Amino acid sequence: MADAIKFHFDVDGDNFTSAGEASVKVKKLLRQLNIDPNIIKRVSIAMYEGEINMVIHANGGSADILIYPEKIVIILEDTGPGIENIELAMQEGYSTAKDNIRSLGFGAGMGLPNMKRYTDKITIDSTVGKGTKITMEVNL
Amino acid sequence: MKIRTIAELLNAKVLCGEDRLDNDVTSACGSDMMSDVLAYVKEQAVLLTGLVNPQVVRTAEMMDMRCIVFVRGKKPSKEVLDLADEAGIVVLSTEERMFTACGALYKNGLPGKEC
Repeated sequence: MADAIKFHFDVDGDNFTSAGEASVKVKKLLRQLNIDPNIIKRVSIAMYEGEINMVIHANGGSADILIYPEKIVIILEDTGPGIENIELAMQEGYSTAKDNIRSLGFGAGMGLPNMKRYTDKITIDSTVGKGTKITMEVNL
Repeated sequence: MKIRTIAELLNAKVLCGEDRLDNDVTSACGSDMMSDVLAYVKEQAVLLTGLVNPQVVRTAEMMDMRCIVFVRGKKPSKEVLDLADEAGIVVLSTEERMFTACGALYKNGLPGKEC
């Protein structure tokens, strides 16, 4: 496999206001690379939902974007509480977010389903008490 | 429909993006749940919402939307407006409630499509 173009971002967990900044930056970078607008939209929505999740549930984390000639890989990693039941978390409408998050327009249990909806492959590796690593791929 | 027409129909104030009022939009959606906007919206260019936090702008930006209409007289902070301006999104504010605002636009020919 050819070398990837890589970008790394730290996601600040203390500030809901800044959640999504990394996704906005990725969107701009992908535009500069002349990636297809539909692909850009899918990558940025999936990453944005992931970023929001990391801020809501895991006190932040890191995001790595790897761009290969045939696909874009998004790796989101945190050291938060982990996901107890991944199957349940993947169901639309299931959420453990608090009411204060719902009042901000999130926490409807659409985050992980949306990440799956907009990507070609998603792998969730989570250990309760240790953290979560989500790897998503979008084919080019 | 031109964004200018939306502002007129809703008797809305233009809070940012005055220079982009002549841009055309072909569909709209109304929601206070940003996750649903991210899930169900396809090509809609206008978002009507009663939420005024920065994530509304980020959501609209992710969806390549061109205009946000804050309903129920909601006024966003300068920080929110700066984000919208940077993203090239027109921001309007109307006293109308969500249902009435959506209805006025729909009645005048702005469809909703899949939202």
